[in-house]
Amino acid sequence: MIDLSNITRTYRMGEVDITVLSGVSMSVQKGELIAIMGPSGSGKSTLMNILGCLDRPTSGVYRFEDREISALTDDELASIRNVKIGFVFQTFNLLPRFSALKNVEVPLIYSNVPASQRRQRAIPLLKQVGLEERMHHKPTELSGGQQQRVAIARALVNHPPLLLADEPTGNLDSRSGVEILNIITDLNKQGVTVIIVTHDQNVAARCKRVIEVKDGQIINDTVRA
Amino acid sequence: MNFLETFRVAFEAILSNKVRSGLTMLGVIIGVMAVILLVSIGQGAQVYITKELTGMGTNLLVIQPGKTSTRGGFHPPSAGTVRKLTYDDSLALRRHAWLLTDAVPLVFGTGKIKYQNMGRDMMVIGTTPEFQRVRNLFIDTGNYITQGDVDSKAKIIILGTTVKEELFGTENPLGKVVTLSDARYRVVGVMRKKGTSLGMDIDDLVYVPVTSGQELFDTDSLFEIIASTPRAEDVDRAIVQIKDILMRRHAHKEDFSIQTQGAMLETMNGILGVLTAVLGGIAGISLLVGGIGIMNIMLVSVRERTREIGIRKALGARNKDIMAQFMIEAMTLSGVGGIIGILVGVGLALIIPVFVTVLPTSVSAWSIIMAFTFSAAVGVFFGVYPARKAALQDPIQALRYE
Repeated sequence: MIDLSNITRTYRMGEVDITVLSGVSMSVQKGELIAIMGPSGSGKSTLMNILGCLDRPTSGVYRFEDREISALTDDELASIRNVKIGFVFQTFNLLPRFSALKNVEVPLIYSNVPASQRRQRAIPLLKQVGLEERMHHKPTELSGGQQQRVAIARALVNHPPLLLADEPTGNLDSRSGVEILNIITDLNKQGVTVIIVTHDQNVAARCKRVIEVKDGQIINDTVRA
Repeated sequence: MNFLETFRVAFEAILSNKVRSGLTMLGVIIGVMAVILLVSIGQGAQVYITKELTGMGTNLLVIQPGKTSTRGGFHPPSAGTVRKLTYDDSLALRRHAWLLTDAVPLVFGTGKIKYQNMGRDMMVIGTTPEFQRVRNLFIDTGNYITQGDVDSKAKIIILGTTVKEELFGTENPLGKVVTLSDARYRVVGVMRKKGTSLGMDIDDLVYVPVTSGQELFDTDSLFEIIASTPRAEDVDRAIVQIKDILMRRHAHKEDFSIQTQGAMLETMNGILGVLTAVLGGIAGISLLVGGIGIMNIMLVSVRERTREIGIRKALGARNKDIMAQFMIEAMTLSGVGGIIGILVGVGLALIIPVFVTVLPTSVSAWSIIMAFTFSAAVGVFFGVYPARKAALQDPIQALRYE
């Protein structure tokens, strides 16, 4: 499904080039549940951004479902993010002015789904994450765990094959964190490929495959039996 | 992303910040209002002038001594080498110019009018019976000047209503004798009340037969001859005919000028058109300032919503979706401001003449359309830069923005 080969990403900071990723190669099969671990500054966020088509590698080849990503235009990348990838962020990143339901509908706006159908598609997902009673509440009226569930419902509304979660439990208390992790692992069991970026050992323990990143390189890639 | 959806998103953004949106719109509202109001005042003046000029009578030609090279405009009758226009010239026109319905001679000057111990200087018009007809000024009581009065240089006088009231009050003036510059004149009539026209009090005049007037002012020339044609289409041919007849009498020299009412209207409208354009232009500057206000607020708005832009991009918004969202927001601000500005401007343009009678206004469709188009254009022009700035945000940077 995903094939990274020799990915490098450098940023230019004034006069110097800073290499954040160097020679990263990995592949992901459909249905995997992967944790990407590493200390801050290791490059795991950059790796995540590249996997999520928010960023392009400086060199190397990234193939997503057999499409060469670096050759695509901004609009084509936007369309892949819209349809193929669901994002869950540490800080939830909900739109503050909109209700939970409206937030879940946002990706559908950009895939030209008519307003009436958007509602019909968003409501079952909010039910699935257990928030049907609070769907008209705004993010500020929801707890952290509830906001993250809205974010998961939003990530799934276009039924993407890949779910990318960046520290999804980082801002949550342990109980909500476990609930969110349960939801994510359940989704994986239903066939969604999931990649979680985390530095929480407890989160990594629930993933079959753990990739460790340090200084812009993969130093360990283990699959538990 | 369809248009309606973009519009809804933009509208929600505007409503979520009511005070700021309102103040931003105020700039456009004032600009559009000013354009409409000032253009209405300029056009009101134009309509007023047109009405007043045509109110003098239609299809008029004014023949004055002296030649000017330009058509239309006002110029004093020149003295000296120029041959005068005489009463006989007007008679010749009346006799030979068959295209004309009237050719009315006119002398014009001031005289001291006195009745008992009241009196003052007064505008005096010396003319013939047809003057009533060409200028739409009619007698109210008594008689007007007759041809017999003109032929016999009769010492009779007709008073405007203002003069009558001043000298006689409620007393019946008919048959009374007044002195006009040391000559005695008998009052035979009082004019119908007409009011002011182009700043001149038409009722503050007295009329005498043209021949008596010439004697009064000690001249044998005329101030002008007012001629009229039955139809507007005849004006050009009538000019040729007048020239032909008068030049034969003036040793084949064109030492007079003929002004048409149309030319006068054209000149006045030309001046007022420039005035209106200048007023509209000044108001347009305030609309431009309003547009800069929109750009300013949109830039703030883009910065404030950097994170929202990042989220939307991560969820699949293309650059043009973001661009459209902010463009429509800017255009809605200017568009709604424009509509409110039109309502306020038209409202004021209709209300002002009720309270300030000297300020006639005329609201025209084109000024409304122009003001609205301009305000919408301002929205587009000043919305593009902030919207582009929003659209070209790097999603990763935008997501990290606090």
